[in-house]
Amino acid sequence: MKVVKIIAIFLLVVFVGIQFIPTTRNQSDTVPLTDFKLVHNVPETIKKKLQVSCYDCHSNNTQYPWYNKVQPIAWFLENHIKEGKAELNFNEWDSLSTRRKASKLRSIIKQIESGKMPLDSYTLIHKEAKFSEAEATEIINWITQLKDSL
Amino acid sequence: MSKLKLVFGVVAIAFVTLTVVSCKDAKTESSTNSEIGTEEDHSKMNHDNTDGHHDGEKKEMSTSGNGNSQTVLNDYFSLKDALVADDNAKAKGLGATLATTLGKLDISKYTDTQKADLKDIIEDAVEHAEHISESDIAHQREHFKVLSKDITDMVAITGTENTLYQQFCPMYDGGSAWLSMSEDIKNPYYGSKMLKCGKVQKEIN
Repeated sequence: MKVVKIIAIFLLVVFVGIQFIPTTRNQSDTVPLTDFKLVHNVPETIKKKLQVSCYDCHSNNTQYPWYNKVQPIAWFLENHIKEGKAELNFNEWDSLSTRRKASKLRSIIKQIESGKMPLDSYTLIHKEAKFSEAEATEIINWITQLKDSL
Repeated sequence: MSKLKLVFGVVAIAFVTLTVVSCKDAKTESSTNSEIGTEEDHSKMNHDNTDGHHDGEKKEMSTSGNGNSQTVLNDYFSLKDALVADDNAKAKGLGATLATTLGKLDISKYTDTQKADLKDIIEDAVEHAEHISESDIAHQREHFKVLSKDITDMVAITGTENTLYQQFCPMYDGGSAWLSMSEDIKNPYYGSKMLKCGKVQKEIN
């Protein structure tokens, strides 16, 4: 019984302790001119879907849920956002060459087609980020068109 | 009294974690600094070589196999063979190798437009090679398709020592091409499932 108590106190101490470790927040007031939605003539429905389903991890501005301030969740989110932005940052879209844009668009199509994006861990909480079959088809068709017109 | 203890405890923990974190940050900063330093030295060294002993450098390149487009091609062909053999693990390793050799490609001898094109091609190809180094085989093949296009565009600028064959399979992903050293068709997109699917589209000399 004593051991359990010690372990519980230890875990509590660790939990409290890690709350003091700072994380960098991915937030920005300005949308740069290189942003995907500013560069391309994106239909309104797709624009909205991109914002809700993609921009939290693939842009410079995340709309954080309240629990983001609680560790270790904050680390988990920070890591995802870092990886997501390294892979693709919609805010910096126009700084890519045509070759790289075509490459990225191809990957976007494949990721949505295979259901790998948006991540399950993301849609678990953000239900509205999920793509319905019709939404997926719409966005894939539009992006395919964009890719072929580059 | 116990409340005071608790508050004291929390403050102590905060102090300890903040100190630990700030120490860690300082350490990473210094290590990145030294990394940048060595990279700079490297580029300087390369520069000296290209200025002074051009022939010597060339010889060294063909023996050590660094910075040469031929090395990139060799690594690309090894990767292609791994995909032909349905060997996911081997393709992972070779993807990482190719990413490294691509990064080392020496573009200093080309014209400015060629340099810009090559830089663009390399940047794209490295990303695909990196993805190949960490994916399942279906995903590796998706990236291999775009990688093949990049390598083909690279060859259009750098040329090739040997005759290459651009081969094409109309079935994979709406039609996909790849390069090979041999005229025989061995399909990297299907492997053993459909090894013979495809035809020679073009000869590159």
